[in-house]
Amino acid sequence: MTANGWAQIALFAAIIAALAVPVGTWLHRVLEGDAPPGARVSGAVERACYKLIGVDATREMGFRAYAGAVLSFSAVGLVFTFLVLSFQSKLPFNPQGFPDLSWHLALNTATSFTTNTNWQSYAGEVTLSYFSQAVGLVYHNFTSAGVGIAVAVAVARGLTRTDRAGTLGNFWRDLVRVHLYVLLPACVVYALVLVAAGIPQTWSAYVTATTLEGGKQTLAVGPVASQVAIKMLGTNGGGFFNANAAHPFENPSAWVNLLQMVSIFLLPAGLVHTFGRMTGSVRNGYAILGAMFSIFLVATAVCYGSEAGWLGGVGNWEGKEARFGMAASALFASVTTSASCGAVNAMHDSFTPLGGMIPLLDILLGEVVFGGVGAGLYGVLVMVVIAVFLAGLMVGRTPELLGKKIESWEMRLAALYILVFPVFILLPAAWAAGSAWGVSSLNNAGPHGWSEILYAFTSATGNNGSAFAGINANTPWYDTLLALSMFFGRFAMILPALALAASLAAKRAVPAGPGTFPTDGPLFAVLLVAVILIVGALTFFPALALGPIAEHVSLGTLY
Amino acid sequence: MSKRSSSLFAAELLGPAVRDAFVKLDPRVQARNPVMFVTLVGSALTAVLAIRDVATGAPAGFTIAVSSWLWFTVLFANFAEALAEGRGKAQAATLRKMRADVHARRLVDGREESVAGSLLRKGDLVVCEAGDPIPADGDVVEGVASVDESAVTGESAPVIREAGGDRSAVTGGTRVLSDRIVIRIAADPGEGFLDRMIALVEGAERRKTPNEVALHILLVALTIVFLLAVVTLLPIARYAGADVPVAVAVALLVCLIPTTIGGLLSAIGIAGMDRLIRKNVLAMSGRAVEAAGDVDVLLLDKTGTITLGNRQAAELLPAPGVTVAELADAAQLASLADETPEGRSIVVLAKQHGFRAREVDSEQVHFVPFTAATRMSGCDWHGRTIRKGAADAVRKHVLALGGGVPAAVDEIVHQIGDLGGTPLVVSDGTRILGVVRLSDVVKGGIRERFERFRAMGIRTVMITGDNPRTAAAIAREAGVDEFIAEATPEMKLERIRDEQAKGHMVAMTGDGTNDAPALAQADVGVAMGTGTQAAREAGNMVDLDSNPTKLLEVVEVGKQLLMTRGTLTTFSIANDVSKYFAILPALFIATFPGLAALNVMGLATPRSAILSAVIFNALIIVALIPLALRGVPYRPVGASALLRRNVLVYGIGGLVAPFVGIKAIDLLLVTLGLA
Repeated sequence: MTANGWAQIALFAAIIAALAVPVGTWLHRVLEGDAPPGARVSGAVERACYKLIGVDATREMGFRAYAGAVLSFSAVGLVFTFLVLSFQSKLPFNPQGFPDLSWHLALNTATSFTTNTNWQSYAGEVTLSYFSQAVGLVYHNFTSAGVGIAVAVAVARGLTRTDRAGTLGNFWRDLVRVHLYVLLPACVVYALVLVAAGIPQTWSAYVTATTLEGGKQTLAVGPVASQVAIKMLGTNGGGFFNANAAHPFENPSAWVNLLQMVSIFLLPAGLVHTFGRMTGSVRNGYAILGAMFSIFLVATAVCYGSEAGWLGGVGNWEGKEARFGMAASALFASVTTSASCGAVNAMHDSFTPLGGMIPLLDILLGEVVFGGVGAGLYGVLVMVVIAVFLAGLMVGRTPELLGKKIESWEMRLAALYILVFPVFILLPAAWAAGSAWGVSSLNNAGPHGWSEILYAFTSATGNNGSAFAGINANTPWYDTLLALSMFFGRFAMILPALALAASLAAKRAVPAGPGTFPTDGPLFAVLLVAVILIVGALTFFPALALGPIAEHVSLGTLY
Repeated sequence: MSKRSSSLFAAELLGPAVRDAFVKLDPRVQARNPVMFVTLVGSALTAVLAIRDVATGAPAGFTIAVSSWLWFTVLFANFAEALAEGRGKAQAATLRKMRADVHARRLVDGREESVAGSLLRKGDLVVCEAGDPIPADGDVVEGVASVDESAVTGESAPVIREAGGDRSAVTGGTRVLSDRIVIRIAADPGEGFLDRMIALVEGAERRKTPNEVALHILLVALTIVFLLAVVTLLPIARYAGADVPVAVAVALLVCLIPTTIGGLLSAIGIAGMDRLIRKNVLAMSGRAVEAAGDVDVLLLDKTGTITLGNRQAAELLPAPGVTVAELADAAQLASLADETPEGRSIVVLAKQHGFRAREVDSEQVHFVPFTAATRMSGCDWHGRTIRKGAADAVRKHVLALGGGVPAAVDEIVHQIGDLGGTPLVVSDGTRILGVVRLSDVVKGGIRERFERFRAMGIRTVMITGDNPRTAAAIAREAGVDEFIAEATPEMKLERIRDEQAKGHMVAMTGDGTNDAPALAQADVGVAMGTGTQAAREAGNMVDLDSNPTKLLEVVEVGKQLLMTRGTLTTFSIANDVSKYFAILPALFIATFPGLAALNVMGLATPRSAILSAVIFNALIIVALIPLALRGVPYRPVGASALLRRNVLVYGIGGLVAPFVGIKAIDLLLVTLGLA
């Protein structure tokens, strides 16, 4: 561990803390303001979009309408991408002449990108044509992020609206506005910055270079900068190259590395502030951000400390991003797994057992520590509902959130939400561990092998997309089960969250009094941290005990 | 009923509770509580395994021990519930004795006939005379009588029941002490007040309250989560090369699922109702008790609640040409024989003007008592005819004697009336001497009660028929937050609806028939036990002591109920951390010896570790029964302070306590050579 390493982590946290407020304010204006920013021109573009989709963007949607729009929009995208991948050999922009994908890989990949997971059971640069990358996948990098933000704002509306109409806004309006005023302009600027920093952006075929020894080497290039921009901003994480952010063309310098990490947390942190503004008291947002920062910083510290060697020594350099150093690798791992991004600049599989448990634990906590764009906010709001339920009881009131009563229907939905993780992580992972098809894909035996299986299903259900590696997941069994985990990890959580919000939106808000438990102070942040840890960590403690913990305590004796 | 046994573990309750704990093992009973149902299934499963081991001659000691303690876990939870119910059952038995079938004298076309009380129907007329028990709930339609209601209220002083007005309701099971009344029966057999009371205290009508249901859902979700965690552990362990015996998996599961709160949840609810009953408040549903915890607006009638029902002399206002001393002298003379509080207060006020109470030769004085016809009282003394009374009565009296009423006195009378006071005019012969102003007296200690309400976050609203100026004065003196002056019953209802529309939870107390709509509309409507049948039907609570500020205690019980649930849930979940540290290393230490590092408690052997966790899990239920029945104490210190305290005690405490407890049990097991 070095002072420089800690300084890097502190610098990163300070930048996020500073940017959360302006970004959140902008998002609030875009999504909750009446007049779109940018006046007449953008207004015309916006109206043209609604006309193109054929929707009335002024119509308020209840749960059914909003959820229906989310599901049908996502279903169309999923089927579209599945077809593109299944027939890429017959489609244009395939200069390398890559063949069609197998049904299970196409299913897995289409689900993966639709759900903002970007789990890749393949190596991008040797499997996918430019057309598949740009049309089939990059499209989802934008829309899956857009859907996430839309759902998050809809859920926030449900919690904060007091008109008792039970409506959550209009999905199409949210989707279009997020793209027009946030994702697209930000990505254009961001991509140009990345090009300036040395990331390639080209549609030509791969470059063949002559090496110093006179040998021939094919250099994979392509429209990298644009994909990197959205993969980070949209917490997608799917790299253009298989090596992801460890590839110099995707991550050329230390400053770009920092920029990329900042861009991952930018929207998730900003959205929390947006929520604070929507509640009418930004302190509500700060309390949640405080809880997120606490968990994030502790996790990052453990990861860094564990990798760098707590008490000196050279640390564990295997699989690290040696160009940027130990702290940048640990921080990158912690950032991407907290935020459901799935980008990697170091090999999580090569981390020390405890250091590698942090990325795993980050995801197991429910991707609510900042979390994926949108997914982090609606996830943490469900945790807030549970925290408020316990806190409310402990102060002798029937629990309420922002003045709205949390009753059995809300608890039912919150319960459904928290059941998704154990059901779609533990069941398939245990099945894989107990089956020949599951074990035969492993590169490692023993607890490390179990960690690899657990990580795969955790990453899928958490819609993270990063891989522990060491496991060959491109088999019919894994592709299909992981696709299911990704699908339910996304939509089986969105639906209860939206339903919960719609139910609260229809409720009367009780004015706060001295007996009301305040949700805007450090005490609430502490309680929220406790609930996140209980729901996440207690559930998976046995599974972790047989994986990273068993490996850690057995270091030096197993191999 | 106010003299009830106060011991939580009264010996006469323990026996039946132990028996009931076994009766409640019926799976149909357990199925209502999924957490305990899972425990029951686990107990049965381990019992089967133990029997199998014994039959096959395999070493069965450990499985038998685990199984026994799992059974104890279920039994302890049943015991807690049975104990809570037992207290109610004992009361119900007492009440039932009073309901022993009586003969009633039914009036049919003016003739009396003797019928069994159980044959009476709504609308029947019955006659009760001194010594007769009142056969069923009803309203007095004729006569006035004193009634002994101690059976229902625990209050031994008899109360007056009379036809018409707000004192007409009588309750079945009470007894007429004097006079004769005719009662119109208002409830069919089995639906009377006493029947409902019996059903309530027995818990027969117990349904899960809304918040109980919500909490149950959370507990079921946690149970499913841990079920998944433990079930998936079996293949994972096999992959890792470890063998997890089923009995141990069951033990782990039962330790992790929230058995502590799951086992005590229904006892907490029953005990909450019971605590109210001990305060002589009958809640018609658990929902009402929960709602009480949320009340933030309280509507109170002024008279009898905030002020004493009786007014007191506050000021002497002489007529033109009369000195205050003259007026005081006459007023005192007129009141010497007046034993009413008003009369005595006039004597006291007169003393302040220099007239000590004087000896009046009874042969020279003739006292004229107050009658409803004259509406005056006073005395004839040395030829003086001194009277005091209502303004119009005295005016008539003076005019009859040939005197007149000065315009200034009329003016004073009007002014006093305008300010909400009561004017008493004093006359001497044909002269009007002046006016005594009687005013409201705010009850002692009421200010402090309202301050406690405020500390709890409850806003008080006083309802009065007085004009706004008087109302404001009294409101200021009593320390209520708001008032509604010149109120009509419709305005009460209106105000309640208004507050509710703004999201407030409203409580109100009332006793009159015209309070009934407002009582029904309020979230918590507390009807006075002395109130009319209509009021008692409309409210969702009845206060047998008829003390309007009892709401303070009701709110506290409601809050305690929710707090007890919340804190024990937190405690239960926090316990899981230590149980993991006890059981997981025990399970896998053979496969991964390094996991001994997780055995932070230094438990002796894997078996003693598992057994200690299971035993702790069972015993903690018993240890917490007193807390569940008494409730977590509530203090009006604000939500944040309360939460901080409860998180410290039950959250951090729940984290630490089991580490100590499990270690202690482990030491004991080792010492006794049991593990």
